[in-house]
Amino acid sequence: MMSTIIALIVAAVTFGTVLMYGTLGEILTEKSGNLNLGVEGIMYMGGAFGLAGAFYYEKAAGAAASGPAAIIIAILAAFAAGMAASAIYSFLTITLRANQNVTGLALSIFGTGIGQFVGEFMRVSEGGYVALSNNLKEAFSATIFPKVFVNIPVIGNILFSHTVFFYLAIVVAVLMYLFLKKTKWGMYLTAVGESPSTSDAAGINIVKYKYLATIIGGGISAIGGMVYIMTTAGCVWNHEGLSGVGWLAVALVIFCMWRPLNAIWGSVLFGAMMIMYLRVAIPFIPTELYKILPYIVTVIVLVLTSMKNSRDKQPPASLGNNYFREER
Amino acid sequence: MENRCAIEMKGITKCFGQVVANDSIDLSINRGEILALLGENGSGKTTLMNMLSGIYQPDDGRILKDGEEIYIHSPREAYGFGIGMIHQHYKLIEVFTAAQNVILGLNDGRMDLKAANEKVRSICQRYGFEINPEEKVYDMSVSQKQTVEIVKVLYRGAEILILDEPTAVLTPQETKKLFAVLENMKKDGKAIVIITHKLNEVMEVSDKVAVLRKGKYIGTVNTAETSPQALTDMMVGRAVTLNIDRPKYDNPKKKLVIENLTCLDEEGVKKLDSVSFTAYTGEILGVAGISGSGQKELLEAIAGLYPIKEGSIRLVGNDGSEKEIVGLTPKKIRQTGIGMAFVPEDRLGMGLVGSMGMTGNMLLRSWKKGKGILVRKKEPSELAEKVLEELEVVTPDINFPVRRLSGGNVQKVLVGREIASEPEVLMTAYAVRGLDINTSYTIYNLLTEEKMRGAAVLYVGEDLDVLLELADRIVVLCGGQVAGTVDARTATKEEIGLMMTQFNTKEGE
Ligand SMILES: Nc1ncnc2c1ncn2[C@@H]1O[C@H](COP(=O)(O)OP(=O)(O)OP(=O)(O)O)[C@@H](O)[C@H]1O
Ligand SMILES: [Mg+2]
Repeated sequence: MMSTIIALIVAAVTFGTVLMYGTLGEILTEKSGNLNLGVEGIMYMGGAFGLAGAFYYEKAAGAAASGPAAIIIAILAAFAAGMAASAIYSFLTITLRANQNVTGLALSIFGTGIGQFVGEFMRVSEGGYVALSNNLKEAFSATIFPKVFVNIPVIGNILFSHTVFFYLAIVVAVLMYLFLKKTKWGMYLTAVGESPSTSDAAGINIVKYKYLATIIGGGISAIGGMVYIMTTAGCVWNHEGLSGVGWLAVALVIFCMWRPLNAIWGSVLFGAMMIMYLRVAIPFIPTELYKILPYIVTVIVLVLTSMKNSRDKQPPASLGNNYFREER
Repeated sequence: MENRCAIEMKGITKCFGQVVANDSIDLSINRGEILALLGENGSGKTTLMNMLSGIYQPDDGRILKDGEEIYIHSPREAYGFGIGMIHQHYKLIEVFTAAQNVILGLNDGRMDLKAANEKVRSICQRYGFEINPEEKVYDMSVSQKQTVEIVKVLYRGAEILILDEPTAVLTPQETKKLFAVLENMKKDGKAIVIITHKLNEVMEVSDKVAVLRKGKYIGTVNTAETSPQALTDMMVGRAVTLNIDRPKYDNPKKKLVIENLTCLDEEGVKKLDSVSFTAYTGEILGVAGISGSGQKELLEAIAGLYPIKEGSIRLVGNDGSEKEIVGLTPKKIRQTGIGMAFVPEDRLGMGLVGSMGMTGNMLLRSWKKGKGILVRKKEPSELAEKVLEELEVVTPDINFPVRRLSGGNVQKVLVGREIASEPEVLMTAYAVRGLDINTSYTIYNLLTEEKMRGAAVLYVGEDLDVLLELADRIVVLCGGQVAGTVDARTATKEEIGLMMTQFNTKEGE
């Protein structure tokens, strides 16, 4: 029994890590007032390009390829892909003032397409199978803690057995929290998302903040896709498993009420809900029902927070609206 | 004479598409002086000032500061030139504290909230403001929000202050305080521009008055040498009469009976406390009270938009039959056959759809009447034309999004639409807020016409002088209770003022 629960938690963390990147990136984006619904596409691209980065690195370096280098290259490749995708989004919505929902949905479709294409292209051009050597695979799914820690009964597995990506995600969440709450730039970014016209009148460079937050946010989201491919999917291109993850991340942003620290436990909780059907299957209940659990929880959170009507728990006030100084 | 001229605008022109908002305007703003900027709705006052605050760029013309030509490309640069503007719609981040709002966008090194709090406090002391720098803006009253705006501008070291209709949402007491502050700043050598439609305020606070008409500069006069009548004539371009006649309606009948109406807000605080009164046909029933005494809740409750705890609201039909409407939705109320119209306080929120034109907004009110599934545009566009003409709405055409109209014109569209449905009960909340004097009188006359047509008019207003001139009877609210009902023909301002505050003091003891 105990071991089932531990296994469930570990699995929840593994999937939750994927979500955490997606969500953290989207939180940063939405803080600037941009609702980027393209997370799904961005994560696909992150997955495909992350895999490509690691794969071609190993191909070039051969036997000399090192695990840490592969990890760093995968992160950078995914980050760059995400930045490129959200740069398109930013240009369309911020500079050309295209509708955010439409642009986001288009990016979703575009991104999944590109991801698929890159994934399949690699497969075909490499003769049907793209995979890292076992050595490198190991590096992606190994923990950073020494065996002694992992072997501590119960908490060892729960706390110290995860991949480097999980701990990195927590660092990102904490940094983002400190950035938003404690720094001037974080405050300005919040202001931009709340009321661009006010921020503009106060002399803040709206365009700069929106671009930076959206592009960096997109990069962070994309890492999530890479993490999925390189951990859960076992370093092979797997588009099925990745499908829907981006949308879950968008729902999770709402669940977390736009707070990075909530994303830490929120994503593990969502992760648990998503893998529950594998671990605690109850006969006669179709797995699809499990999979809608996170969305149901999000709806409940939405209902609760709007009933409480607490001003601090609302979305950024200008979320989804474009800004043009001379428009009123 | 030493050089007192702070800002000079020369030949400023600004167009929005086909609308010429400012047409070659010359204006000078002096230090140690309060300049009132006057003009009808849509005459381009806000636009002109927005060019000083860096929101808009002039299409043509020059701006000089202390004799040197300057270009203001953004609000940030405006602050650099010492120009600060307090906008018609406040520009504050609601989820931030006052101090956070004040230091927003300032690039002086590290974010130091403590120091900011201190500095805000010291500014408050110097000019006699009462705000708590650590309070969140969403918890503040309108006048406190405005104070934050002013502090924000002062904190940035502005020497030229522009206030766009600062008194529109203030109570008379708050207005007095604001003017005292402005006097202080004037003594400090600051140059101040104030936009307001209230002529008594212009006369009280300003040194000079500049008048705009339909985007053109008409002239500047010394306040001491002019009169409200002369200013109005300048603004409108012809002689206008400023009085309200109050004809008597012959055969008043009961129209709306309210008994022991009690309403609670979400937190369970009593907003209305056993309110009872009766409104008659052919009568303008004024509702007076300090803002927030339950006026808004009262009208919304009658319109079926606010939950009612207890009490009865009855509409009386022409045959004398009474219909209870408590608990009915607005749609059901309409189905009683007794027409009711409501001009709410929050125009663009509750009353109109900002992105639609006049026609579309007229349609909103009448679509239920249409048969079939196709939208009929003919009737609403005829109505839009009619409103445009009668109320002299300034708009390039009837399909121009109403959000882009000037503040006053938005109000005209709403009032025009509501009156057009020939309601038997007409409720208005601050119907003339933000309207220029000429239009205000047009509205007063329209309401009087409605009354003589036999409607029961409920007029919530803030200007006691107008209430006393326009209404037949006045219900005075105080803290959600009816402090009394007076005959507007005999009552005095002092009497009503006393009633407005009387209940509070009783409770306070
Ligand atoms: N951003 C904009 N886009 C299009 N038209 C505009 C815009 N801003 C102002 N206008 C138009 O310019 C004209 C002048 O508007 P402005 O707001 O300056 O008037 P105002 O004098 O401030 O009026 P009010 O007293 O009603 O506030 C109006 O006809 C308005 O419709
Ligand atoms: Mg204006």
